[in-house]
Amino acid sequence: MADVVLETRNLTMRFGGVTAVDNVNFKLRRGELRCLIGPNGAGKTTFFRCLTGILKPTHGEVFIDDVETTGWDPQYVARMGIGIKTQVPSVMDGLSVRENIWLSAYRLSGAREADRIAAEVIERLGLGDIARSTVGRLAHGERQRVELGIVVAARPWLVLLDEPAAGMTGEEVERMVDIIHEINRDAALIIVEHDMQFIRSIAAQITVFSQGAVLMEDTVEAVMSDQRVRDVYLGKRG
Amino acid sequence: MDRSALRDAPWVVAAGIIVMFAAPLILNFYTLTLLVIYGMLALSLGLIWGFGGILCFGQAAFYGLGAYAYAISAANIGESTVPMLLAIAIPFVFAFLLGAMMFYGRLTDVYMGVITLVVTLIFFRFMNTTAGPEYQIGQARLGGYNGIPGYQTLNVPGDASAYIWDESLYYTCFVILLVVYVLVRLLLASPFGRIAVAIRENENRVELMGYDARLRKSVLFAIGGGIAGLAGALYASWAEIVTPGLFSLGQSAEIIIWCIVGGLGTLVGPVLGAAVLGYLKFALGQQTAVDNVLVMGLILVVVVLVLPRGVVPSLISAFRHSSRRREPGGRRRRGPRGVRADG
Ligand SMILES: Nc1ncnc2c1ncn2[C@@H]1O[C@H](COP(=O)(O)OP(=O)(O)O)[C@@H](O)[C@H]1O
Ligand SMILES: [Mg+2]
Repeated sequence: MADVVLETRNLTMRFGGVTAVDNVNFKLRRGELRCLIGPNGAGKTTFFRCLTGILKPTHGEVFIDDVETTGWDPQYVARMGIGIKTQVPSVMDGLSVRENIWLSAYRLSGAREADRIAAEVIERLGLGDIARSTVGRLAHGERQRVELGIVVAARPWLVLLDEPAAGMTGEEVERMVDIIHEINRDAALIIVEHDMQFIRSIAAQITVFSQGAVLMEDTVEAVMSDQRVRDVYLGKRG
Repeated sequence: MDRSALRDAPWVVAAGIIVMFAAPLILNFYTLTLLVIYGMLALSLGLIWGFGGILCFGQAAFYGLGAYAYAISAANIGESTVPMLLAIAIPFVFAFLLGAMMFYGRLTDVYMGVITLVVTLIFFRFMNTTAGPEYQIGQARLGGYNGIPGYQTLNVPGDASAYIWDESLYYTCFVILLVVYVLVRLLLASPFGRIAVAIRENENRVELMGYDARLRKSVLFAIGGGIAGLAGALYASWAEIVTPGLFSLGQSAEIIIWCIVGGLGTLVGPVLGAAVLGYLKFALGQQTAVDNVLVMGLILVVVVLVLPRGVVPSLISAFRHSSRRREPGGRRRRGPRGVRADG
């Protein structure tokens, strides 16, 4: 496996007149845990969507494990070993929690192994009590965890999490931090998050997005003490 | 294989067998056979629409294709086994190609509806123009709006002179319906079926899990086409003539109404919807006091307003609701079963 597992070159995504992602050159190393921050509308979600093939970028390239995947359909990108938790939980509402997770494990592992993986993931994410519930009836935080279960059940080596702690209770957030560290043992991660407390507790390298472009890339401390980042968050630069 | 999803299937089959023997006490075999065939046709749409989320306005195209494939090949071959298989295979392949074109083209529901509708219309119009002698396939003249009469009807496999008709045709059709029902339930409980339901629920997520949703939808659509074709072949055997009317828009609309009234997300619902509404249409057709199209429309409107999920799913949840209340402590052992309620 290459040392740089994800790279974008001049990645650009325009929606009509809006440039949501603007010439982004981004690199992620094997095993790295990176946080992506930036105000609403900075282009973080769009960036993720370009990486996973949900959107076809207007311009620029995406490389995953040294393979150019620009313009690939999501199913092929996923088969490279990438998992994404989207901002709005993307789960199968009419199916049970267990089935959601089982189906994700099944593609690579087959039925018997999927049984085992599903049981293990359900246990690990604390979904045991609701394993048989229909996902559509669950609370937002629970659905977030179900989606995380779908992601980890496929055993990805690169994981993208778009606001994984949004709508969660304090206790759930703590558990999420643990889970993220656990995932990070086998996989590189990019996490979009707003909550500074949360970011501090996972102590990662940070990339700041602003108006679709990378504003800076540094450690938590450096980013937090940077005047430009404060301005952006106070809305001076949007 | 998800065994818990199949828990109720043996009961449904048992009830089906009882109905199979009880129904002839009330109605004649000729009428009943048609109702069973309608049931199978409804099941084909109930499968792809209710479980695959694919709304097809042209299920009659596969039905008619199956009927014509049977009639043409039976007229040429003279023994019904191969024609029966062709009547399944040809609509299967046709549906697969049509489905692949629509799904790989990423058409939205509306356009899919339009295309399936147009395909049905094209068949209808084309078959109507085939009156001339140049439209002949081997021994079979397509016959335009007069249709194709006089082909070999269903026989005991291997013995072309042992016709299956009237009473035996009824039982044969009913048993085939039960077999198809069981096979479809097994399919739905298999990983293929669960992934099909997952695609209905959230196609994007299924693709993000690395599955080829378009290929899987095409296959499911093809299976629905094959079952409709089988129903068409049985119809051809029952009616002893096939005409372009099989491809009519009225026929397509009726299949959709059967499914809506009976209830999507179940297989029993569409089958019952077809049988009951099919009978009603037949009964209303014998009198002139009320217009039967009006009555059908009225039933559809009432069901959609009062029981939007359809009759069978509403009955199932009403039943569950009352049995839950009777359970001590009001707590159920199992969580809600969601789409497992597939009856
Ligand atoms: N599908 C879309 N069509 C048009 N504009 C979009 C679309 N998706 C996002 N945008 C715009 O792109 C910009 C970036 O949005 P987004 O990526 O969601 O930001 P973030 O996730 O950082 O909050 C916003 O201005 C948003 O309105
Ligand atoms: Mg976002």
